[in-house]
Amino acid sequence: MSYTKRNDGRKFEETRPIEAKAGVIKNADGSGFFKIGKTSAYAAVYGPKELFPRSQHNPRKGLLRCNYNMMPFSGSGDRVRPGPNRRSKEISLVTQKALLPVVNLEGFPNAVIEVFIELPQTDAGSRCAGICAASIALADAGITMKDMVASVSCGKVGDKVLIDLDYSEESHEDGAVDIPVAMIPSTEEITLLQLDGFITKDELKKAIQMVKPVLKNIAEIQRKALKEKYK
Amino acid sequence: MNKDFKNHIVKALSKNVRLDGRKNDEFRKITIEKNVTCNAEGSAKVTCGDSEVIVGVKMAMGTPYPDKPDEGVLMTGAELHQMSNPDFEGGPPSIVAIEIARVIDRGIRESGTIDTKKLCIKEGEEVWMVCLDISPINMDGNLMDLGALAGIIALKEAKFPEMKDGKPDYKTLSKNPLPISKTPIEVTVSKIGDSFLVDLTYEEEKFVDARLTVAVLKDDTICAMQKGGDSPLTEDEIFKMVELAIKKSKELRKLI
Repeated sequence: MSYTKRNDGRKFEETRPIEAKAGVIKNADGSGFFKIGKTSAYAAVYGPKELFPRSQHNPRKGLLRCNYNMMPFSGSGDRVRPGPNRRSKEISLVTQKALLPVVNLEGFPNAVIEVFIELPQTDAGSRCAGICAASIALADAGITMKDMVASVSCGKVGDKVLIDLDYSEESHEDGAVDIPVAMIPSTEEITLLQLDGFITKDELKKAIQMVKPVLKNIAEIQRKALKEKYK
Repeated sequence: MNKDFKNHIVKALSKNVRLDGRKNDEFRKITIEKNVTCNAEGSAKVTCGDSEVIVGVKMAMGTPYPDKPDEGVLMTGAELHQMSNPDFEGGPPSIVAIEIARVIDRGIRESGTIDTKKLCIKEGEEVWMVCLDISPINMDGNLMDLGALAGIIALKEAKFPEMKDGKPDYKTLSKNPLPISKTPIEVTVSKIGDSFLVDLTYEEEKFVDARLTVAVLKDDTICAMQKGGDSPLTEDEIFKMVELAIKKSKELRKLI
């Protein structure tokens, strides 16, 4: 069966409505908020600050530490048990790897920059929303960056390649492929790439081609949010 | 803690002047937003000055406790997210978070706010469990009162999920609210030096000698209390604090 019309009526290359803000958490050195459809993420940056344990000190550069967490009431279905789990730890890891290439850590030897991502509500695409929020937060904290990092998922539902799957599409009965991607818009380098589902090489190529302009557009929304703060 | 700074604060408080210019018995501006997260069965966000907290209610089906086979269960949790304050540390819930969750839980539980008998699905086998989770976004003090306020609002907003083949369908909420009959309001009164104050900022909380959290019902009945802080309190002081808590609870009640 082919997936001819999206559940929420969007075009195949269209994201859900996006809302982005900078400076939403007063205690933090930098913060960001990113909402895409029903998925929303807060991110706070603290640092650069003293790094513990000392065994992790690196005199050549600082450490970027990321922490992804879903609030207990954020998932559809059962309550999410508080505290880290295997899933959230892996997402924290890939989030760090997605952001590392743009962050200049050479200026902060022996120090740590901590990024905390919290999700009050999720409807698929939460790691991508987290990365977008974190990127805004890092820039808001005044950390030197080569560029923003924009992130969204692409994939395939039924036989259609499309952008930004929501939960109803991710769990579609015809089978779905979810490919979270993060990109440095200016160089088009990809910093996050995960995939689950079945897809041919050609379809993957099509999905990546389709997601690139979308990510550039998201980066513009992120920049706009940062400028908005200083208006 | 800086001793000179504390002396300075104590002196100013005795003249009814606080660090941010408020009066001792004055709350910061409170705004309430209902149903802020779509996946929770009920939720609320309370902003008070720079403090911002989201509370969500999640419903689940589970087995009742053996000693109360016909009663549903209320579970209250609080997490001090590292995102919300630079002083918070990772790892398992700290004693501060546990105390906050337990005191908020006590105000709701002991007042009989939720008719737990109405949460029973099949005696001894299946009941509704109500999970109340407190998540600060930006923590600038008074999480106990604000969490309790957001908590009771979230509970009042919460709806049972529709049932489908004997299982809850969380995607569609019914129109049935939870069996809630009362509205306990928690107010924490803190003592610094000889002054009593409410709604402390995070900075002020560091100087607290003693505090008393009082949960108050609409008819001014007290339904839960917790004394905190290192210093003792006299009987006179306790009743002064209770009176102030009751007075302030009326103001907070108007916001709901």
